[in-house]
Amino acid sequence: MSWPALIVLVVGAYGLKAFGVLVLGRPDSTLGARLEPLTSLIPAALFAGLIAVQTVGGDETLVLDARVWGVAAGSVAVWRKAPFVVVVLIAMAVTAFVRWQT
Amino acid sequence: MSTHRREGFVLAAAVGIVGVTFGVLADAAGLSLAQVVVMSALVFTGASQFAAVSVVDTGGSGVAAVGSALLLAARNALYGPVVARVLPEAWIPRAGSAQFVIDETTAMASVQETDDDARDAFWWTAIWLWSLWNVGSIGGALLGSVIGAPETWGLDAAFPAAFVALLAPHVRKRPGQIAAVVGAALAVAFTPIAPAGVPLLVAVLAVIPGWLVGRREAAA
Repeated sequence: MSWPALIVLVVGAYGLKAFGVLVLGRPDSTLGARLEPLTSLIPAALFAGLIAVQTVGGDETLVLDARVWGVAAGSVAVWRKAPFVVVVLIAMAVTAFVRWQT
Repeated sequence: MSTHRREGFVLAAAVGIVGVTFGVLADAAGLSLAQVVVMSALVFTGASQFAAVSVVDTGGSGVAAVGSALLLAARNALYGPVVARVLPEAWIPRAGSAQFVIDETTAMASVQETDDDARDAFWWTAIWLWSLWNVGSIGGALLGSVIGAPETWGLDAAFPAAFVALLAPHVRKRPGQIAAVVGAALAVAFTPIAPAGVPLLVAVLAVIPGWLVGRREAAA
């Protein structure tokens, strides 16, 4: 990766964050409050999308592999109210095990 | 230590492990150690960094790498209004705090009951996360050739599993459940037909059916 490309990425990534906080999230703006019923649902929509993409996403394709078993095991752990680090370790262990077996 | 501070640290530790994965992958994609340091410290949004590095690794251009990374980073702008209430009001500290508005800090802040707890959770998560993400990245870049493929250790499942735990508090009520199910379905549907980053932006549209369901229930 070239340095100019990396610098564009640095500036762009911060610019998006700053736009969200300084413009969309202005305290005197009623926009934030008006949009609250929608924005409060953003984490649910995005996190679910993120989980889906990270679990079955490949390079512009869908891939069912050992990750699915790991994330399923991790989800059971979440449902059983396991501590966060236990959830992550179970998912890693199950994924590594299934991958080693296949 | 209060619950949210402990959870913030545990989350950051998990993200640090993901950071090791990032460092390993960045090293494999040919990034220099200096580039890994700059990226993790200043770009500081994991999914975008992974996208950029994977595009470079598969021979994509710098424009494609930056483009897909920024598409993924666009969601950070949407987190702004979610956490804006608990950020400093003076202009310069507020602009500085924007750097830390990402998935994890928004998640930790948004599940707290009070604004004070939300503010505390935001900053403790931000500090631990930034520190451990950078330590992990540098460690991964240095150890890349030693630990071999991160997949062997199941590290690629650590990230989605962590997000299952983060999603849980957001799907206790019906609007959140609808938004999550539709968001996941949209992301999966668009993964084979759109460039990396786009499926997640489409998934954001799932807030609309969630909001409509919530409004109808409130009216009923």
